[in-house]
Amino acid sequence: MISIQHIHKNFGKLKVLEDFNLEFKSGKSYALMGPNGSGKTTLIKIILGMVIPTQGEVWVKDKPISQSESYRSLIGYMPQIGRYPENIKMKQLFAMMKDMRPTQKDYDEELIEAFGLNMIMDKAMHTLSGGTRQKVSAALAFLFRPEILILDEPTAGLDPISVEILKTKIMQTRESGKLVIITSHILSELEELTNHAIYIHEGKVVFNDSIAELKEITGKERFSAAIASLMEWSLKKNPDLKILNHA
Amino acid sequence: MLKLLKYALYDIIQSRFAILYTLFMLLVAIAVYQVSEDMSKVSLSLLNIMLMIVPLISAIFATTHFFNNLEFTELMLAQPVKRSHVFLSQIIAVVVVLSLALILGFGVPMLIWGSDMTVLTLLGIGISLSIVFASMAFLASVSTRDKAKAIGISLSIWIYFSLIYDGLVLYMIYSFADYPLEKVTLALTFLNPVDLGRIIMLMQLDISALMGYTGAFFADFFGNIKGIVISSGILILWMAIPAYFSMRRFAKKDF
Amino acid sequence: MKLFNPYLLLFFWMIVSFTSFGKSIRVKAGGSIPNAVEQANAGDTVIVSKGDYTVNELIIRKSITLIGEGMPTLDGQDKGNIILIAGKNITVNGFRFINTGRSNTDDSAAIKFFDSSYCTIEGNELLDTFFGLHFSNSSHLTIRNNRLISTADREFETGNGIHLWKCKENLIENNYVKGHRDGIYLEFTTDTEVINNTIENNMRYGLHFMFAHDNSYIKNRFKANGAGVAVMYTKNVLMKENIFEQSEGSSSYGILLKDISDSQIIGNKFQDNTIGIYMEGCSRSEFTGNLFTQNGWALKLMASCDQNTFENNNFINNTFDISTNGSVVLNELIGNYWDKYEGYDLNKDRIGDVPYRPISLFSVIVEKIPTAVILWRSFMVTLLDRMEKVMPSITPENMIDNSPKMKPNDLNTTHP
Repeated sequence: MISIQHIHKNFGKLKVLEDFNLEFKSGKSYALMGPNGSGKTTLIKIILGMVIPTQGEVWVKDKPISQSESYRSLIGYMPQIGRYPENIKMKQLFAMMKDMRPTQKDYDEELIEAFGLNMIMDKAMHTLSGGTRQKVSAALAFLFRPEILILDEPTAGLDPISVEILKTKIMQTRESGKLVIITSHILSELEELTNHAIYIHEGKVVFNDSIAELKEITGKERFSAAIASLMEWSLKKNPDLKILNHA
Repeated sequence: MLKLLKYALYDIIQSRFAILYTLFMLLVAIAVYQVSEDMSKVSLSLLNIMLMIVPLISAIFATTHFFNNLEFTELMLAQPVKRSHVFLSQIIAVVVVLSLALILGFGVPMLIWGSDMTVLTLLGIGISLSIVFASMAFLASVSTRDKAKAIGISLSIWIYFSLIYDGLVLYMIYSFADYPLEKVTLALTFLNPVDLGRIIMLMQLDISALMGYTGAFFADFFGNIKGIVISSGILILWMAIPAYFSMRRFAKKDF
Repeated sequence: MKLFNPYLLLFFWMIVSFTSFGKSIRVKAGGSIPNAVEQANAGDTVIVSKGDYTVNELIIRKSITLIGEGMPTLDGQDKGNIILIAGKNITVNGFRFINTGRSNTDDSAAIKFFDSSYCTIEGNELLDTFFGLHFSNSSHLTIRNNRLISTADREFETGNGIHLWKCKENLIENNYVKGHRDGIYLEFTTDTEVINNTIENNMRYGLHFMFAHDNSYIKNRFKANGAGVAVMYTKNVLMKENIFEQSEGSSSYGILLKDISDSQIIGNKFQDNTIGIYMEGCSRSEFTGNLFTQNGWALKLMASCDQNTFENNNFINNTFDISTNGSVVLNELIGNYWDKYEGYDLNKDRIGDVPYRPISLFSVIVEKIPTAVILWRSFMVTLLDRMEKVMPSITPENMIDNSPKMKPNDLNTTHP
């Protein structure tokens, strides 16, 4: 579905990604992990076309993304902090997003109702709390039934009930055979929602395999313990440790 | 593109800034018309506002708007729309708001108390300079990631064009007073949009003085059709070139 | 009661003789005007019918009246003068003069007068004559209701419209002069009144006089003449309620005053001139109740001027009000209205409480470096002028109006 090939990205002198390769396949759900500054946000932004790679190309459905912006209609993106035009009303925001994708008419408005957003459609965006904005972001990400879902810290700032609603929605989507990519600091959540772990450190993929495999390799029963040892290993810069998988 | 522009406009027109700026311009216009109903006096009073205040507000507003709107820009970039369209919708929305504030703020008093060619030209120059400075402010904004730095750059551009530049020109004229400098000074005015706007106004307000001495050279140039076409062409370049370069930077910018 | 006063009788006899003995001679179309003039005696009237006549160097010495019916045309066919007059009580009325010679050596004119007096030139039209009406050493002339239009392209291709040299006690009234070198030229001409004339688009000066004392110029309109109006080396001039407008150019003036003294410039309007009044070597003159509007410089006062008074004038919308080349100024400014004045009037006597300095720093700079005018109205120049107003350092200290008006003076003139 998504193929990242030989991506280099520098911010000035700082090399964030170097000869980076990665594949995301549909039907799978990926936990994108790594310490702060490891390059995972950059990676997401490159996929979304918000950051332009210095070198290399990303292919979505076998088409290079630098050629056309139309691939973005396949993606539902929920940003870490959703900020919206302040002076427009929520219903106008939804109308606008629908306007951006005029060909997609089959809307998934389940989350709008589940979050109770339909009750406050007339509120101006700047009056909304951070949590409500997160709900809006989530509802927008799922609105077009996208084939690819990219969720950046999806549950941050949400109340427990809404977290459950969102999690259920993510799992349903995963089951329907779509590609889901999630970054989160809440490991239990990742274990629950994803079946594939990708660990990035200093612009390189350190681990890329199923969660079951991760536990096996690290010899830890619990997911969080497995990640902790992964972090330890990568920090020691073990020269043998290149990419941990069975491939 | 039009859809993007529609929503960008919808957002910006309801912003506090747009309303305050329009009101401010309205108050200024009313105040000026109250002091005198003689059109050339009105023009004189408006001249400094159009040449100084309007560019300043345009530059600051365009910069702040760009950064305040960054998340919205990011949201749009994640949608299936062209980057250039995202950029154009942003800059056009800013330009439209700045121009509308002038047109409404001055238009209403002008309808009530009358206007003439000079006042209309002044309004045109105000709008042109709004676009020029918004365009330069966008260039400053896309060239840095830091809002404070971008505002600093925009302010510096403004101070440079409205004060320092003329000081340098005066210094040059003073130092080379013995040489015929008309053509050089003419060329130099093209390198400053504020000067260009100001001289177009001088042609209307102070033509008698310009006809004296070497000023006649300027009067000849700006007085004929060719001069008007060239000077408005250059003013358009001043709007288009920074906008073009900021669009190019925007196309490669990381968000 | 003396019914038969001999003087009264003589007077009656004179009237009777002029009216009943003066005969009329008619020239029909195709006839000869010189022959008619030849036949005529003093007191006769020659009436010329409508038509085209070729006339060259027609000399008139007799006191006759020449009247054109339906504007007969006298064509000089590009040779010399058309009529030469040397006499008394001669009237020329109602002719169209065309095509005089174009020689600068003999100053070809439509009508040239020598040593004449009590002559009247009225209601004539002069088209493309080199000089129009040329008078030397004459007096008591009436020049009224004539139209003089020249279509020459360059200055050397045309002479002056109405030219008076060494003449006195004349009236020049209601004439229209366009396209000549100088519209009206007076030299050594005294006690003459110039009233209600319209002088426009002449190549050099609208009005030009030298050594022409004791003359008055009232309600004339001088418009778009090459260099405006120039008056020189003269004393006791009255210029009242004239309009001086649209003299725009590198050496164009509403009025150029050079070595003028004891004169009065009252109630005139100066509009759209590069320089309203340029003064050099002028003294003891009064400038009162004039309106200066939309000029580049309302006044340029060279340091050689002294003891002039500028009182109750209005300065409105000029680029610069006054500039000068020196720092010593011996002239007085009293009670003028300056639209650039920003003072206040706390005691409500309509006179500003703060004196006004009409010379700006920038006008001093422009005086030295003319090109700098291009920076006028820039923020930097405004700042410089403000600073100078607070702490005067370069501008002349005594060029100051201590009683600036808060509102324009009521000038009581009715300019169109």
